[in-house]
Amino acid sequence: MDLIVELTVFVLAAFVGFEVISKVPTTLHTPLMSQTNAIHGIVMLGGLIVVGYADDGLEYAIGTIAIAFGTINIVGGFMVTDRMLGMFSRKPKPKGGEGDS
Amino acid sequence: MSFAVLEPGGDAATALYIVAFSLFIIGVRRGTHPTTAKQGNLIAAVGMAIAVAATLLLDGIGNWGLIVGGLAIGAAIGIVASLRVQMTEMPQMVALYNGVGGGAVALIAWAEIRHGISLGHEIPLDTLIPVLFSAVVGSVSFWGSNVAFAKLQDLIPTKPLAVPGQQVINALLLVGIVVACVSIAINNDDPSQAAFIAVLIAAALLGNLVVLPIGGADMPVVISLLNAFTGLAAAAAGFALDNVALIVAGTLVGSSGTILTLEMATAMNRSVANILFAGFGAAPSGGGAGDGEERPHTSIAAQDAAIKLAYADSVVIVPGYGLAVAQAQHAIKEVADELEQRGVGVSYAIHPVAGRMPGHMNVLLAEADVPYEQLREMEEINPELPRTDVCVVVGANDVTNPAAKNDPDSPIAGMPIIEVSEAQQVIVIKRSLSPGFAGIDNDLFYEPNTSMLFADAKQAAAEIAAEIGRL
Repeated sequence: MDLIVELTVFVLAAFVGFEVISKVPTTLHTPLMSQTNAIHGIVMLGGLIVVGYADDGLEYAIGTIAIAFGTINIVGGFMVTDRMLGMFSRKPKPKGGEGDS
Repeated sequence: MSFAVLEPGGDAATALYIVAFSLFIIGVRRGTHPTTAKQGNLIAAVGMAIAVAATLLLDGIGNWGLIVGGLAIGAAIGIVASLRVQMTEMPQMVALYNGVGGGAVALIAWAEIRHGISLGHEIPLDTLIPVLFSAVVGSVSFWGSNVAFAKLQDLIPTKPLAVPGQQVINALLLVGIVVACVSIAINNDDPSQAAFIAVLIAAALLGNLVVLPIGGADMPVVISLLNAFTGLAAAAAGFALDNVALIVAGTLVGSSGTILTLEMATAMNRSVANILFAGFGAAPSGGGAGDGEERPHTSIAAQDAAIKLAYADSVVIVPGYGLAVAQAQHAIKEVADELEQRGVGVSYAIHPVAGRMPGHMNVLLAEADVPYEQLREMEEINPELPRTDVCVVVGANDVTNPAAKNDPDSPIAGMPIIEVSEAQQVIVIKRSLSPGFAGIDNDLFYEPNTSMLFADAKQAAAEIAAEIGRL
């Protein structure tokens, strides 16, 4: 991909990020931070690419640690967010009728 | 263009990446509304799974043993840690996850530069510069997040730790990092790996030194800021690897994280610059923490508190971090239940930064089945407080300190507070008169309409609930 195309994508994505997050209720600040935190775990893909094409010992090691780190970031991040948000999933009024375990 | 062999080409992969980042955007969008947030998180997670799958389908990916091993180890740690963590420890968990993400970015940058050097020809600047950026920011984020984690977990003192000449050292480190990066970039036909490692180490030092002097109360903002930085570093890694998924997702986190950081800082009436460059303790002014002198205050027992509450018409509960630490949310809910059975109106006043992160307290109370509509935000409840019979402050401190309003010299001057001292009567449940996170005395404790109930929050709440039941 051309640098200029990448820059275009970068600028547009930045605006999307600014627009998407306007006026979030305080209640959701922590879960949302946690969710975006999980999303930047996408850098793990960089680890996959590095290891996938690596050909020297140290690169293997560095890349594998990077994959493990990134995976912790992704898996842990989404799960923790889900646990936090699970606290809000109950319907306020009815006492019964709660589906999940 | 970057190293030919690292080119993650393939229209199929790119198409899947487009699906993935669309799901991220939808997921974050839904994450901003209470009813759709859980679904939004799932949508983003599905997007992530698609992005990972697309990458594994790239032509020529090898070393499957290492890939599967890394994925398995990371997933196992992530799953176990997330299931074990207590709700009260969520903020430091997020810090830790952010840290490993930053660490991953820095390591990937290192691996890339090694790879580039081993290929033996010039590394183009449009690869090298993003690599250097992601290395520096990733390293700062990794170490800064770990310090934030250690502070929130009380592994190191939460008080601001000042190093003499702090700002000068930080500035010198930053200049050194920039100079080293420029020299690496100028010699891009044969970059020095030693110089690169020096940059990583200097950035690690910088991450430690920037976060260490910041007090625990400001940590949420710092974690949010580091989160945004890690996002940008991931985007930079995307530039280096020509990977559109990394660019979009990283940038999305960078920009949305920046907005979140600003919103959090605004909620605390602090500027981000103020937090980064001056800890609360840096300029000790009036009301120093332990000056030893005993000021007059009223102390009561659980039984008295129960009577005051049971015969009130309206009660507002102000929960704080002490409630979280004591795991008292269920006991407090029992008190509220008892009161409601007697026809007393109960609501909860939630300060924007109650707990240790915005929204943290809401999560804890929701865990105890407190109805969502009883949780009232600060701006909403403050005008009602003068008409409130009894305000119960449970383990909250700085967010109720009237000094923020009355004393312009106070370190927390101007911070929005829940104006509990406006209520007819105030009961403060707290272990002692010791100051809170900001390290300053709370004038509320010494006001004539305030009664102190010195006890563990959970125990006290249980006793009060039992006493009310007997009345």
